[in-house]
Amino acid sequence: MSAAKGRTRIGTLLNVLGPFVGLILVIAIFSLIPEVQDRFLRVGNFKSVATQSVIVALGALGMTLIIISGGIDLSAASNIALSSVIVAYAINAGAGPLGAIFLGILTGGLIGFVNGSLITTLRLVPFIVTLGMMGIGRGVAKWIAGNQKIDAPLTWANELMAKSPTPSWLLVAPGIWIMVVFAVLMAVVLRYTVFGRHVFAIGSNEATARLCGIRTRQTKILIYTVSGLFCGLSGVMEFSRLTVGDPTVAVGLELDIIAAVVIGGGSLSGGEGSIMGTMIGVFIMSFLRNGCTMMGWPNYIQEIIIGIIIVVAVALDQVRHRRDV
Amino acid sequence: MDALSKSFGATQALDQVSFFLEKGEVHALLGENGAGKSTMVKILSGAVKPDSGSMTIEGEAYSPAGPLDGRRRGISMIYQELNLAPHLTVEENIMLGQEIHSRGFLSLKSMKARVREALEIVHHPEISPDIPVRKLSVGAKQLVEIARALMNRAKILVMDEPTSSLSQEDSLRLFEIVRRLKTQGVSVIYISHFLEEVQKVADSFTVLRDGRNVGTGRMEETSLEELIQLMVGQKFTELFPRVEHVPGEVLLSLRNLRGRHMQAEASLDLRRGEILGIAGLIGAGRTEMLRSVFGLDSLEKGCIVISGTETSRPVPRWMIAHGAGMMSEDRQSEGLALARSIADNMTLSDFKPFLRCGLLRTNSQRKAAWDLVEKMKIKARTPTQKVFSLSGGNQQKVALARLLHQKADAFLLDEPTRGIDVISKAQIYEWIGELARQGKSVLFVSSYLPELLGVSDRIAVFHRGQIVAVKDASEWDAQSLMSAATVGRTLDA
Repeated sequence: MSAAKGRTRIGTLLNVLGPFVGLILVIAIFSLIPEVQDRFLRVGNFKSVATQSVIVALGALGMTLIIISGGIDLSAASNIALSSVIVAYAINAGAGPLGAIFLGILTGGLIGFVNGSLITTLRLVPFIVTLGMMGIGRGVAKWIAGNQKIDAPLTWANELMAKSPTPSWLLVAPGIWIMVVFAVLMAVVLRYTVFGRHVFAIGSNEATARLCGIRTRQTKILIYTVSGLFCGLSGVMEFSRLTVGDPTVAVGLELDIIAAVVIGGGSLSGGEGSIMGTMIGVFIMSFLRNGCTMMGWPNYIQEIIIGIIIVVAVALDQVRHRRDV
Repeated sequence: MDALSKSFGATQALDQVSFFLEKGEVHALLGENGAGKSTMVKILSGAVKPDSGSMTIEGEAYSPAGPLDGRRRGISMIYQELNLAPHLTVEENIMLGQEIHSRGFLSLKSMKARVREALEIVHHPEISPDIPVRKLSVGAKQLVEIARALMNRAKILVMDEPTSSLSQEDSLRLFEIVRRLKTQGVSVIYISHFLEEVQKVADSFTVLRDGRNVGTGRMEETSLEELIQLMVGQKFTELFPRVEHVPGEVLLSLRNLRGRHMQAEASLDLRRGEILGIAGLIGAGRTEMLRSVFGLDSLEKGCIVISGTETSRPVPRWMIAHGAGMMSEDRQSEGLALARSIADNMTLSDFKPFLRCGLLRTNSQRKAAWDLVEKMKIKARTPTQKVFSLSGGNQQKVALARLLHQKADAFLLDEPTRGIDVISKAQIYEWIGELARQGKSVLFVSSYLPELLGVSDRIAVFHRGQIVAVKDASEWDAQSLMSAATVGRTLDA
């Protein structure tokens, strides 16, 4: 009994540490390469990696919810672009930065709500609905922006992603703090709320969840709405970084977001995933990109490496699972 | 439950059935497959609405609008297909849908206490609150479901074949728990085919046959023989067209065969021109044996000899090449590609006759299919018609026609007449006889005893994974088959 308990404890330890090992490995490898060592291991570099991670990370927080519930959202990147365009448009139209940001986030939430409603009422698979929304969102963004970038006057909204923040006691960009706060919040929601538990239940066995009296439709709509809100927030960060509203930004980013969740242990068949894992997945990809750039490797090498990492990470995850069943 | 009736289309599933359940009693619900047991409990749970009749629980009228209503009134079903979320822990599963919380935040401590309480009643060494359910054995999973039902303040627990996939030890544990539930005033409706275990655990019984209640009584006042007599009844002898045929040399042998999902070894010889019936309860290991023979499940032990060639690693392609053909019991998901045409379904196993330079000549494919449609008297308009638009009986004939197309010698048929109309059944019986006359061999798995007795030359009986007897069909009768399948031996009358 105690031996079995010990084994499960080691098992859970492995489960918790698994993704960390990958992250530490990536950092360790670049730290050991003499050519990049001293540039890579700087606080400034870590700061910029973190800043570069904010946009994907915020999108991935919502995507984690969706993937745990057994769904997928292919419209995340289009949603981010649309929200960033909305923010720029609003500021240009004379709205204050706060109002514009609010509007941007709301736009994201609306897209998510529509996704969730279509999935539950039309009983379509999430892949199809969000594939459609991917095109719709991108199209609407280009339409609103008149098929070009929207320049907006500089406001404090552009400071969100600044590497050296204005009140210097913040140490890092406000966007990073926002990311950390929401990551902690979502981790708490998933673990300690009824909603969080129902998300896992739906992903694990939707029929059972319904049988146990869980309102699966409402819960799913809520999941997609929350995820949409995160995309909206991510769009605000995108605007802040670019200082313009660009409808062609973030093309293909939804796959980075999904990859981050999956590297972090999320299962596309639902029921599994964690915020901690997802965040580690985000950072693994960011550090890899950063390191590869420092090495002076061309972009295509980065793409190949990240592709390999995705497959290897998920394969390792599968092996781990097969062992403990 | 009073005078409940329910019909599905033309079939009367339940006919004026009345049923009384006392508080704190274990009531066994018995009957053959298709006797109406599951319809009855589905009505009770609220999943199905009766056409007529009424129900009362503790003196109050009960007419559920859906399963949730049933749950609210304290009725919990423990199905064979377990209703658990595999990734969640034991605790999370037990509390699912009834989490204790304040403003959406889980009260982990009070939930833990509640779960510990429930787990004290359903005790099992594997179960601890924090272990994910997917790591548990089937028996432990079942107990988790029972714990959830208790948490739901169940008054009536319906258990459908609870022990069919349990080990001996887990079964005993389950009986112990059922006894404990009784003392707490919970009533249990216990559906099982294993009569000896029913005798041990149940206080009273009701036997259904062809949708009618044919007997109710106290368990201790009855004998196994009487129960079997009630279940089998005086069946009118249906017309089984017999086609004369003579068994020849052995075509297919199983030697100490044990597949991945089989519980015991099996050895059988199948001759040319012979129809070998396989009897047994659902889940007794018949399907698993057919799957292992055909190479769908890998073998752990033993070998197969077909037309003089031996193999210990059969794969479907090889088996087909050596003259075997299998028809799955599940035509919806395994036997047929429902969204494809009749022609595609019939010829899927062998496209070679229609190939020219690697291209499929669809005209000759359709013509071959149409010949089979006419030969099998399938009601269809064109060979390109999609299979899902056909009736069950005609779908089944399409599946059988495929075996003819691939020119099989040994036919492995798993429940070929399940869920199809009487006329199609009779045609299939005739067709099986005709195959035997042509010197082909048929392994015929069925849960319907009259057809096994009417069609087969020999019958082998499975009981809990093992072949317990193989005898000539003339030496069997419905009662001896039923007792061999349910008790594992024939009772001396």
